[in-house]
Amino acid sequence: MTPVQMATRIPLDEYAAVIGAGELEELRALAKPLRGRSVQMINSTAVGGGVAEILNRLVPLAEELELPIRWDVMTGGEDFFEVTKSFHNALHGAPYHAESHDFAIFRDYNERNLHRLPLDAEFVVIHDPQPAALIEGRPKKANHWIWRCHIDLSHPNRAVWDFLEAYVSRYDGTIFSSPEFARQLRIPQYLFYPAIDPLSEKNRELPPEFIADVLSRFQIDPLRPILTQISRFDRLKDPVGVIRAYRIVKRYFDCQLVLAGGSASDDPEGAQVLKEVLQAAHGDSDVKVLELPAWAPLEVNALQRASTIVIQKSLREGFGLTVSEALWKKKPVVASAVGGIPTQVIHKHTGLLAHSVEGTAYQIRFLLSHPEIATRLGEHGHEHVKENFLITQNLKRYLTLFLSLSKA
Amino acid sequence: MTTTAVTPFEFFTVSHLTRIGNLSAITLSELLSGLEQCSDASIFHHTFQTLSSHHFLTEGFSNDFAQWVLVDANRDALAEQLAALDIRDYSSIAALRSDLCRVVRDFCQDHPEFAQQSALERFYFCESVEVTVPFGFSATTLDEFRDGIIRLSHASFFFHFITSRLRLQLQTNDFSYWLADGLGLMTLAESINHIDVYTNTLDSARAKLLRLVDRERRKHDPSADGDSHSAR
Repeated sequence: MTPVQMATRIPLDEYAAVIGAGELEELRALAKPLRGRSVQMINSTAVGGGVAEILNRLVPLAEELELPIRWDVMTGGEDFFEVTKSFHNALHGAPYHAESHDFAIFRDYNERNLHRLPLDAEFVVIHDPQPAALIEGRPKKANHWIWRCHIDLSHPNRAVWDFLEAYVSRYDGTIFSSPEFARQLRIPQYLFYPAIDPLSEKNRELPPEFIADVLSRFQIDPLRPILTQISRFDRLKDPVGVIRAYRIVKRYFDCQLVLAGGSASDDPEGAQVLKEVLQAAHGDSDVKVLELPAWAPLEVNALQRASTIVIQKSLREGFGLTVSEALWKKKPVVASAVGGIPTQVIHKHTGLLAHSVEGTAYQIRFLLSHPEIATRLGEHGHEHVKENFLITQNLKRYLTLFLSLSKA
Repeated sequence: MTTTAVTPFEFFTVSHLTRIGNLSAITLSELLSGLEQCSDASIFHHTFQTLSSHHFLTEGFSNDFAQWVLVDANRDALAEQLAALDIRDYSSIAALRSDLCRVVRDFCQDHPEFAQQSALERFYFCESVEVTVPFGFSATTLDEFRDGIIRLSHASFFFHFITSRLRLQLQTNDFSYWLADGLGLMTLAESINHIDVYTNTLDSARAKLLRLVDRERRKHDPSADGDSHSAR
């Protein structure tokens, strides 16, 4: 394992303009009793994926609060990551027949990593299943160990979960992103929401000229309503359902639809879904299907900011942080009531929920007819994100957890 | 304003962790059962704490139970009754739990056909774990008190202004209690206690509180600056 080099630092003080000086002062007050007390975060990848993205932002902010914090990434061979990928899918409920050999590979790599790293920080946070067995290296209850699970464990493969639970149950607590993702465990289970960084390229304010340039590049008319769904081309995001909803709305409003997602070229299923989406959109120049590069935060930001309404019509969802991204930009959101979405979209307060293509279309029509309500929902949505789904809130939850564990 | 309190007002910061419980409900009847069995920390979480974390809403949102009944169980009349319970009327969780149970029980008895109907999504009972830390500043005068109020986060303001009722077990709040007891400002204390947190955002409630404090300061010093620090 090697400590991870952080991305560009954004000084904590810069967040005062976003969250307020009082909130920042509160973070400092909570961190004060923890000064000098060590924290270690361990996951399985330094780049790519939501966990690395959050840690990249969280760790520098914690350092500014004078917490000696290190982020380590476990190492593993291809065989290990093949097994953990299968475990990941199985824990999400996909069919999988685990062999004893798979469990042996999992144990073996965890053991190898145990020898590489002193696990002596006062607070050790292990992210996701891959490094879960590192609990074997815990020095006799001398420190606090937390397992942060970023995946949905509501319907796990029994054999894989039984194997994992034997490790998880030895931690002092677990963290899940939604109550429905949790298990019935004897140890405390905490709720931490995933978070967005308001000052990152994907979420920070953009000059109007840049937004206009992006619209022009993608031939989107800024003068007509723009409905947008930002998601990878995945059947569970129901992009074809979004087109069907748009077609209903189109009978009443001269609007455009933007479906933008990451490149599908290296994902066979994604490529197939993209093909289906292009077929469904065929012949309608007001449907823009945009295959963005894997890392295009500024374009995503601009498309969200230019949107009249943001849609997230997922059939299943983890947490769905694209919803928080849209709400942060004060956009009215129409989204499916699945996974973590209802936590973000409080129906009729911070957005509108729907359960079908027709329902989605109806809510969009309602908002296009009542722009003042759309504006109010967007403003409330922004406040809701500010209160619950920003990286500073995530940091505050960790500080609170560490304080709580210390007192216990 | 030169009156100095013998006992200073200590400002605290508060933060809550949400702990996921093992109870959940998919019907109104299960909701009632959960309300009867869940911990005090759970009732606190879904009423007091949720009002704090949705402080920017001023209409129609009161507590998680009412919101679930409205959106997932689709029972507007019951949701309205649950939302009408005002947490400021309660100085104990036991009394609040009793009223929540009564409202749901009465509805289930009057409408047995709805009691067992499945809601769209399950309600998960969670609970709050509270951690408080001294903010590091205190007040002995009205001017210092005003400065402290401005510096508080939303959560800390809510902690002193609303959840203090449970701690004090009185129909008042930390601010009013200290203003009356420490500085002898009974009228100001009472006016502050009447600020409505349901029809105000926390920011506008704080702004009202500061206006009341400034009015009091001007009584003693007409040149007192009232607008230099508005609430965030």
